[in-house]
Order: sequence, then C-alpha cells, then structure tokens
Amino acid sequence: MKGPGLLLPLLVLAVIASAIGVVYSKHLSRKQFVELQRLESDRDEMNIEWGQLQLEQSTVATHGRIEELARLQLKMTMPDPNVVVIVQP
Amino acid sequence: MKSRGGMSEYVVRRRIVLGLFATAFVALVWRAVDLQVFNQDFLQNQGDARHLRVVTLAAHRGMILDRNGEPLAVSTPVDSVWANPQELATGREYWSALAKILQLDPDQMRRQLEARSEREFVYLKRHVDPTVAAQIRSLGAPGVALQREYRRYYPDGEVTAQVLGFTDVDDVGQEGLELAYEDWMRGESGAKRVIKDGKHSIIENVESIRPARPGRDLTLSIDRRIQYLAYRELKAAVQQHKARSGSVVVLDTTTGEILAMVNQPSYNPNNRSHLKPSQIRNRAVTDLFEPGSTLKAFTVACGLESGKYRPETQIDTTPGFYRVGSNLVRDVHNYGPLDVVGVIRKSSNVGSSKIALSLDKEMFWNKLHQLGFGTVSASGFPGEASGLLVNYRRWRIFEQATLSFGYGMSATPLQLAQAYGVLAADGEMRPASFLKLDKAPRGERVFSQRTAREMRLMLEEAVGPDGTAPAARVSGYRVGGKTGTVRKSIAGGYADNRYVSVFAGFAPSSKSRLAIAVMIDEPSNGDYYGGKVAAPVFSAVMAGALRFLNVAPDALEKPDVPTAQHVALGGQL
Repeated sequence: MKGPGLLLPLLVLAVIASAIGVVYSKHLSRKQFVELQRLESDRDEMNIEWGQLQLEQSTVATHGRIEELARLQLKMTMPDPNVVVIVQP
Repeated sequence: MKSRGGMSEYVVRRRIVLGLFATAFVALVWRAVDLQVFNQDFLQNQGDARHLRVVTLAAHRGMILDRNGEPLAVSTPVDSVWANPQELATGREYWSALAKILQLDPDQMRRQLEARSEREFVYLKRHVDPTVAAQIRSLGAPGVALQREYRRYYPDGEVTAQVLGFTDVDDVGQEGLELAYEDWMRGESGAKRVIKDGKHSIIENVESIRPARPGRDLTLSIDRRIQYLAYRELKAAVQQHKARSGSVVVLDTTTGEILAMVNQPSYNPNNRSHLKPSQIRNRAVTDLFEPGSTLKAFTVACGLESGKYRPETQIDTTPGFYRVGSNLVRDVHNYGPLDVVGVIRKSSNVGSSKIALSLDKEMFWNKLHQLGFGTVSASGFPGEASGLLVNYRRWRIFEQATLSFGYGMSATPLQLAQAYGVLAADGEMRPASFLKLDKAPRGERVFSQRTAREMRLMLEEAVGPDGTAPAARVSGYRVGGKTGTVRKSIAGGYADNRYVSVFAGFAPSSKSRLAIAVMIDEPSNGDYYGGKVAAPVFSAVMAGALRFLNVAPDALEKPDVPTAQHVALGGQL
C-alpha cells in the first residue's frame, strides 16, 4: 500500500525532469548548431581569402614585375661570366 | 412539487449542457482526425514549404599549379547580379540607379527586363567587382539579388595563355589544358536540406542530398620561371625580326616533361574582349612547318645506325648539286668532299640525300616514326596536330632525298623538341607530358647509345665556330643542336622570300638534361637564317634554364670554346 503510493509521484517527477532535460538538450543542440554554422561560414570566408591572397601573391610575384623592379629600381644586373667562379665539388 | 419541478428542470438543463459539450468534443475529435489523417500530406507539404529549404553547397574548380606549386590559374568567388523582373517592376524608381551602378545602358536594361517580364530570373550582370556588389547590396532595389559564382584568374597572363587555355563564364574549360583536364578540375556542387526560421537563418540540417566535391588541383610539369624566360626571349625575337609568329618548347629529356611552352602572338586570358582566334592557338602543338635542316640529324643518325657510315666516312658533295631522278638537290656552296661530321656542320643537302638514298626505306621511315614524326604526341593537348610523314611505300626516290633534309614532311615544335630529346637521352624516347611526373617513365629505344653519343658530338660541331649556329652556344656548357632555315611552301611551290627559322638542340651534352626547339615564322627584318634568328633565343633560354635547374657546367676549362677539345671526330676542325 505504501509502495505504489510513493512510486507514482516519483514517476511523475521523473517524467517532468526528463521533459525538461529534452528541452534543455534541444536548446543546447540548437546553440551548438548555430556555432557550427558560424564556424563553417568562417572557414569558407577564410578559404576564399586564402585563394585571393594566393592570387595576389602570385600576381605581385610575376617574373616580369620582379625583373622590372630588379633592373630599373634596384639597378641589378646579371654578373658577367668572367667574374663568376664555379666551385667544383 | 415546486422543488421537484425545479429539480427536473435542472436535469434537463444538465442534459442539454452535457449534450452541447459532447457535440463540441466530437467536433474537436473530428477536426483532429481530419487534420492529422486526411489532410496530413497537404499540411506537411505546406509546413515544409515554409521552413524546409534545399541549399546548394558551392564547390570551386581546382587550381592549376606549376611544378613548384605556384598557382597558374585560380578560381575565386565573385558576385553576379540577378533580378526577378516581376518584383523589380514594382520599384521602377530604382532602375536608373541600378543601370548606373552596373554601367549598363538604361534603355537596353529596360527593354531586357520588359521582354522577360513574365520570368522570375534574369541576370543583370555577371561577375561584378566587389565594390559594385556592395553598392547593389546597399541600394536595396526590390527583386534584385546577388549570386555567388566563380571566376578564373591567370596571374601570369599572356605568358601561359595558350597552354592553360581558359574557362567560360560558368567556369567550364573551353581551351587548352583547362579543357583537357576539365573532369579532373571541375568541382561538383552539393545540396543539403535544412530547416530555416523566419529570419532565413538555418536552424537545423535535415539531410545531406549530395555532398559537395571541390575540384582537384592540377600540378603541371611547367616551370613558371623557365616559362617566363622563354616567353620574354621569344617575344623580343619576334618583335626584333618582325616575325609573324613563333614558338619555343623546353623539354626535360630525363623524364619527357614539358618545362615550358610559349607562343607569339599571345593574349591576356584575364581580359578576353578583343580576342582573335589566331591568338588562342597553341602553335607549339598545332602549327605545322617543314622542319628543314633540323631533320638532317636524324638522317645521319639512321646512317650511323645502319652501320654503313661512321662519323669519319667521306661523302663527296661535289659539284654542289646532285641529280635525283629528274630533279636536282642543291647546296648553298660546293663543299667538295665532306665527312659525315662535315655534312652536319655545313648542313649539306647533297650529303644528307646521298646518305638517305643508301638507306633501307622501311628502316628510315620506322626510325622517323618512332621519333614521333607523323603521330600525335602523348601530351593529350586538345587539337594537337599529328604532322605529315608519308608512308615509305609511297615514296618516290626524290621524296626520299628531300625527306632527308626535312622537306615533304611536317612537324610541330613539340615533335621537334621531342625528337632532339631522344638524341639527348642516349637514344631513348619518352612520351611528352604536361603533368608533373613522380618518376621518369621507361624510355623506348630508338637509337643505340653509341649512335646517340656520336650524334651529340657531331651536333656540338654544328654550334662550333665553323658550324651554322655559333650563336646557340652557352658559356660554360657543351651544347649541341642544328639550325633550319626553311622556305615556306605556298600554292604551287616554295616562296622565295618567306622563311621559317628553326633551331633545335640540347645541353649539357655530356649528361643531357634539356632539349629546346625554337621556331620563328617569317622573320622579315633582314635576317632569316636559323643561326641568326632562332639560335640566339635557344642560347638565352638554355642558359637561364640550366641555371634555374642548377645543372653543373660541363665545359669549364674553355668557357668560350665549348667544342673542339673533346671531339675526336674527323680531321677538319
């Protein structure tokens, strides 16, 4: 007589607790998901930026440009073969 | 009585109320069943239509990299502006501002929108600058939106234009390697189903319909440094000699990889608004020319291979012409008696004809065929030409003679470089490749090692002080090669004043690494000899490429005379 009388309220409490648990974990999952979305879009943005930086580096490092800078701005020249010493192994 | 009557009245009222409640309850249950069972599909669809969305996952095209991993072609996202004409029609006050930002003709835009007024999607302008995209975003015209697309950029522009080709507005390969390796580089966009809330932000992934597969990167055998150097030298030579066009091919003879392939005239693949079809052609693999004297190296190699000739074998070229059937083969001068080395050094047509006519036709043809003449190379480049090499069964005697000095057949610059690569690689043929190889493919033997070595020594003579192309020498290295000055064939014969200048060769001769073919079409500023026009380009590209690749010099003792010393051939030095 005493057993079932206590069991019922306990079960009710357990059900309520689990219901709140479900709501809470759903809430957590939503939050995590939003975070995931944000990180994924960050990743995509960074990938895009990386591609653009690569492109920019490649454009700035075009051999034609480097040669022009070296010759005109820095006044660099190819060494004459007569002044080159080749060390033989 | 009164109270009983009151009681019975109460019972009636109670029953009426209960009846009403029961009816309401049945109605509710019925409604619930109706919604949950009979209308479930419709309602579910409506609900999904409001929240479930399929979003595409963009996948970009793979990059093209050179052999050292430097990018040669990169796809980067750009925005395209599109409109829903039905919605945009409600905001006509925005139209002129829109046309101004997009730099479109307002009348034309109006006509375009009105003509497509019943549609829901019209591109206003594709691939706009990021600043324009930002202006469109802040303008906020109804029914106008941006769509992310990809555009391909080529940092090296005209230097790599014909080899790489280009992609169309949808980033699909149209020409060159972009076309050849379309399947490899193409990305496949994916799709997933998601739930969106009222603010259009995704709140849950439902299922993945198709995962996005980004395109794979393509690593070429091209070396960006050598490519630029070859382009610069070729462009300078084509301008200096007022030539129509030109090509340079640089091959790594140890692997068959193409290190550089450049053409003139070229174009800027990043801005193709004034593009002529003649600029797109990768002349190094599509344009055929008669290789002329450059072919003599292989005639003589076949002679050595047959065992009938040694480098010191005497051939009498007096009196400077040679009657073959009813035709004459002529030399520029009467060279008198020459040894085989002399035939190469002086580039004697009579000498090479005599060698060719003493050879077995089938063997001669077979060797040329194995060298890659008359067949498309293994490079896989779209639109590559095979060239002409008439089958030996149909040769007449004069054709056999002219073939020996490179007339009556045709080849591409790539084929010529490949054939000289065989001599450089000790007689082994390796398939040409545009892709970087992990290890050298097995070569197919065309000439014996001994023949290849003897040929290399002879070809060093050709760039020696007494040869036809001293300008091809590279200080510090032993270089071998052969010039060609070819009269262009026109309808009904050969032109008197139109030439193709050719030079093909290799270095360093002792441990060969590179083969280069230079072809310059119709130089018309005075000089037209291969030794004057093409050989200097060869020398400059070779010198730079050997330095880039850290190839050790093999002629240090006498840097200015890279021949003579080690040559024990003939007696006419």
